[in-house]
Amino acid sequence: MSDISFVRTEMLPQQEPPATSVGVVGWMRQNLFSGWLNSAITVICAVFVFYIAGFLLSWAVSPTWAATSLGECREILAGHEGACWGVIRDRWVQLLFGFYPADQYWRPILTFVLLAVALAPVLFADKVPAKLIYFSAAYPFIMPWLLWGGAIWGPLVAAAGFVLGYVVYRVVDGMAGSLAAIIAAVAAAIIWWLLLASPLAGMLTGIADIGLEPVASRYFGGMMLSITIGVVAIACSLPIGILLALGRQSDLLIVKAICVGFIEFIRGVPLITLLFVASTLLNIFMPPGTNFDIIMRVIIMATLFASAYMAEVIRGGLAALPKGQYEGADSLGLNYWQAQRLIIMPQALKISIPGIVSTFIGLFKDTTLVSVIGLLDPLGLSNAIRADSAWNGIVWELYGFIALMFFVFCFSMSRYSMYLERKLRTDHR
Amino acid sequence: MTTLTDPPKESFRLSMLIYDTRYRSATIQVVAIIGFMMLFAWLISNTAANLHDLGKQPSFKFLGEPAGYDINQRLIDYNSQNVHLRAAIVGLLNTVLVAVMGCVTATILGVIIGVLRLSKNWLIARIMTVYVEMFRNVPVLLWIVFIMAILIETLPAPREFRGADPAATMKLFDTVAITNRGIYIPEPLFSSSLGNLHFFGESSLRFDVSLDLIAFLIALAVGLFARHKINARAHRIQETTGVRPTTWYLNLAAVFVPVIVVLAALGFHLGYPALKGFNFAGGIHMRNSLIALWLALSLYTAAFIAENVRAGILAISKGQTEAASALGLRPNRVMSLVVLPQALRVIIPPLISQYLNLTKNSSLAIAVGYMDLTGTLMGITLNQTGRELETVLLGMLIYLGISLSISGAMNWYNNSVKLVER
Repeated sequence: MSDISFVRTEMLPQQEPPATSVGVVGWMRQNLFSGWLNSAITVICAVFVFYIAGFLLSWAVSPTWAATSLGECREILAGHEGACWGVIRDRWVQLLFGFYPADQYWRPILTFVLLAVALAPVLFADKVPAKLIYFSAAYPFIMPWLLWGGAIWGPLVAAAGFVLGYVVYRVVDGMAGSLAAIIAAVAAAIIWWLLLASPLAGMLTGIADIGLEPVASRYFGGMMLSITIGVVAIACSLPIGILLALGRQSDLLIVKAICVGFIEFIRGVPLITLLFVASTLLNIFMPPGTNFDIIMRVIIMATLFASAYMAEVIRGGLAALPKGQYEGADSLGLNYWQAQRLIIMPQALKISIPGIVSTFIGLFKDTTLVSVIGLLDPLGLSNAIRADSAWNGIVWELYGFIALMFFVFCFSMSRYSMYLERKLRTDHR
Repeated sequence: MTTLTDPPKESFRLSMLIYDTRYRSATIQVVAIIGFMMLFAWLISNTAANLHDLGKQPSFKFLGEPAGYDINQRLIDYNSQNVHLRAAIVGLLNTVLVAVMGCVTATILGVIIGVLRLSKNWLIARIMTVYVEMFRNVPVLLWIVFIMAILIETLPAPREFRGADPAATMKLFDTVAITNRGIYIPEPLFSSSLGNLHFFGESSLRFDVSLDLIAFLIALAVGLFARHKINARAHRIQETTGVRPTTWYLNLAAVFVPVIVVLAALGFHLGYPALKGFNFAGGIHMRNSLIALWLALSLYTAAFIAENVRAGILAISKGQTEAASALGLRPNRVMSLVVLPQALRVIIPPLISQYLNLTKNSSLAIAVGYMDLTGTLMGITLNQTGRELETVLLGMLIYLGISLSISGAMNWYNNSVKLVER
């Protein structure tokens, strides 16, 4: 009696989902062919992609790697369309290093390897030993010495200025208070650099001529030049940018006006005008007889340019800090600089790292502008290469290679910045 | 027992300038301004000494001297006998031209790409991602020279249009000629023209305003005003009776009839480019340099704008989209009526800085020989007169003025659409 039932009592076994909604087919139905419009778009896009990819591949796959001139490429291709990769095989070293002496290539390479080491404590703070930060501090003196060469005493004596300033600070701080100590330390360092440093370096060079073969700025070129200008300008712009950002945030009207004026002026003019200033005006602004070499002048103007943008990035970081952090620092009785150093800046800089990286990417891309004022960055070199009769008429291969180099650098940096943004995000969205 | 005594009278000591918060800020500011002025004085004295050594006196008199060079792409009349100031104005107008064209195209492209990057269609979203990364990570100068190379190397030369069986033909029903010397498009002509209004006589600031253009604009304004009135009336009727009268044909007529009447009265017709000898004549000639710069700046900036648009759309909470769908709006109306207007508030501030970047990047025109402000004032004029200080400073000031006016105008617009919070 009771075994009669009108509804099913046992569950059916679970069935496989329909074949059209799982696996590759399901994914395609969902993401590519979800409606007639989407299907049409997909088909058009696929045709477009195949057309472009087929065109590029048939152009790029070309047996011209060994060619030594454009004419030879044309002979090999025998009327077909195709790339002439011989120019890249012939000149890729030049596109990387410019006219840097070939037997010294280890120096820029070592410089940039060490740069990665020096940056590690800043960028991957949790993964490397903390002691490495001392190497980062020494790096600004190692870098110019490796790149430009000359006696080792110059950078050492310059670094000694900082040590001297620090020693004076500690001594005077014990005797006459911190403000006098700062003034004394700055004065001692400036006197050291202006009056004592160069005779001392000259004397030491006379005693023991340890050093590298000097390389003049005009031999710098290619990616090496771009990276040098970008890295130096960003590194120097960071402290200036911090000061400008603090000045812009400060209550002191005149300081604020000066900082805002500087930032808005630099941000309002194109970089190329600043490079014109570097190439034509900077020597006029300096005391008569001063003569920087052109790369130095470009680096100075790029630094000023980057520091205005850096100031805005850091200002964003400062503004993103909750007000409680400022008030907390005040209530602990810290003075302005202590609060900035111990509470505000560590947090604000951490927030701004993605912005700093993207400022760097922007500046790095903008270093191609130096080709306009005649420096041999990759773009400038491409004109120089085309002036060679063997490669006269080459266009796409050079531009493609340069674009690829920039893409690799900038893309990896932007991915790093995105990774950092995810890592630093603490709001658990 | 407590006694009230006056607090001890503090006499002013010099150290209070530093240690007393009442005086410290004043001290710092005075030091700052003295330091700033000393720096400035140092720079000026250096400059004066250097210029004296070079035998130059800073003056802007050179602006009134004949320029002696030609400018091939120009919006106002100019010849090589005109003064340097006129050349600078031609350059400035060229800068403005390419900046405006670039901003418009970059915005349109950027919005489309940004929206498509969020498309549910996997393929098109990936294509747009590739586009954005490709353009963002390669210097804009490289794109400019690259596009210039494409225009010069791959487009047909004018002579290929010649002969009975030409290798190249004109596009769009024989109206547009795309050649490696530039693109020729039809120009508007008026057979019974009203002539021009001429301003500022023969001075360097002289310019003409076409009365035909003014008539056209007035007709357009009349049409738009009539359309507004018609819609207001339709709205009133809808309010009272609940039924909205059909207005689309009235709207269409209101906008087009006055314009067409005016154009017909002026004898409007198009002047087509035609092959004359070895080159095209007639029509508007857009030079390669302009097109390369315009395309490169638009495509490059569009990649950045796309990212801003995407971020703006993602910033709108999903609830808004869902609520709009629940109201029965179709997906594209959800986008245009609900999401984009709200996203606009997030998008506009970064958009301003993209416009500024585009305008500043237009100074890279010098790499392809487009005669903008950098090419005329800070290029040829500088080289001809040797006045580095004056030309570069003047150029920087003009760029600064352009930047400040763009950011001023856009900030005003941003304030007017900003969400007013309590």
